Amino acid sequence: MWAGVLVACAACYALKLAGLSLPAGLLQDARVQRTIPLVPVALLAALVATNTFSTGNHLVLDVRAAALGVAVVAVLLRAPFLVVVASAAATAALLRLL
Amino acid sequence: MSFGTISTAAGLSLPQTCALSLLMFTGASQFALVGVVGAGGSVWAGAATAALLGSRNALYGLRLSSILERSGLRRLFAAHFVIDETTAMAIAREDPAQSRFAFWATGIALFVFWNLGTLAGALATHFVPDPKVFGLDAAPPAAFLALLAPRLRAREPMAIALAAGVVALVCLPFVPAGVPLLIVAVLVAVFGVVRARR
Repeated sequence: MWAGVLVACAACYALKLAGLSLPAGLLQDARVQRTIPLVPVALLAALVATNTFSTGNHLVLDVRAAALGVAVVAVLLRAPFLVVVASAAATAALLRLL
Repeated sequence: MSFGTISTAAGLSLPQTCALSLLMFTGASQFALVGVVGAGGSVWAGAATAALLGSRNALYGLRLSSILERSGLRRLFAAHFVIDETTAMAIAREDPAQSRFAFWATGIALFVFWNLGTLAGALATHFVPDPKVFGLDAAPPAAFLALLAPRLRAREPMAIALAAGVVALVCLPFVPAGVPLLIVAVLVAVFGVVRARR
């Protein structure tokens, strides 16, 4: 686990430093400029989907879906980050109590 | 707070959780790594996803390189603070000196609070026997959604997000945990390059 954590930290730092240090031309390529902003959109959406609707290698529909629904409402209401996360967790916890 | 809680609930130790906030210090990548590990994926799939998400920081660095100090040591420290929030604050100022100040002030303040919050959240989870009781397994998707939402202000990112979610779920039963994310990353990169060529 430690090796993966540290390698990931080093990779993320290298990317930050690369932007500051590499000759501008390399990253100013139109394809790079237009593609990189799409990566977080796709990855975060995939993370939302897989963390909500799966356990291991199985697709499941459980209280996390309802919790995500509450999180969507919180986001639409422009709630702060912590409120979005806490309201989703509270929803799941409450539904499990019922 | 939320990162420390989610990370320790995903099975990372307290030192590992704190190391991520201290050394990685880029929220979306940190959440991604622990999200993949928490869902049963290998730490390497998580690390790859974190690095892919960190690629946008290189673009931020590019925009900031004309504003920030050029000298060696300060630049090495500055690089650590190149994230969403500091970039937004720095490029919102017209005057370079004010931009620099905004960058460092935002970076240092966020770094301190982010790491204190991580430690507090991680300590809190230590006393929780089963994370599910507090709905902590529902926290990561909400965190990802909150990070995603500000990027969805146009029709194209909305469509990409929807497609990415569907593709990830379709792949999921057939590949090891974490791999659907890498498939999505490859597809979106191909899409971006092909579209830019037109």
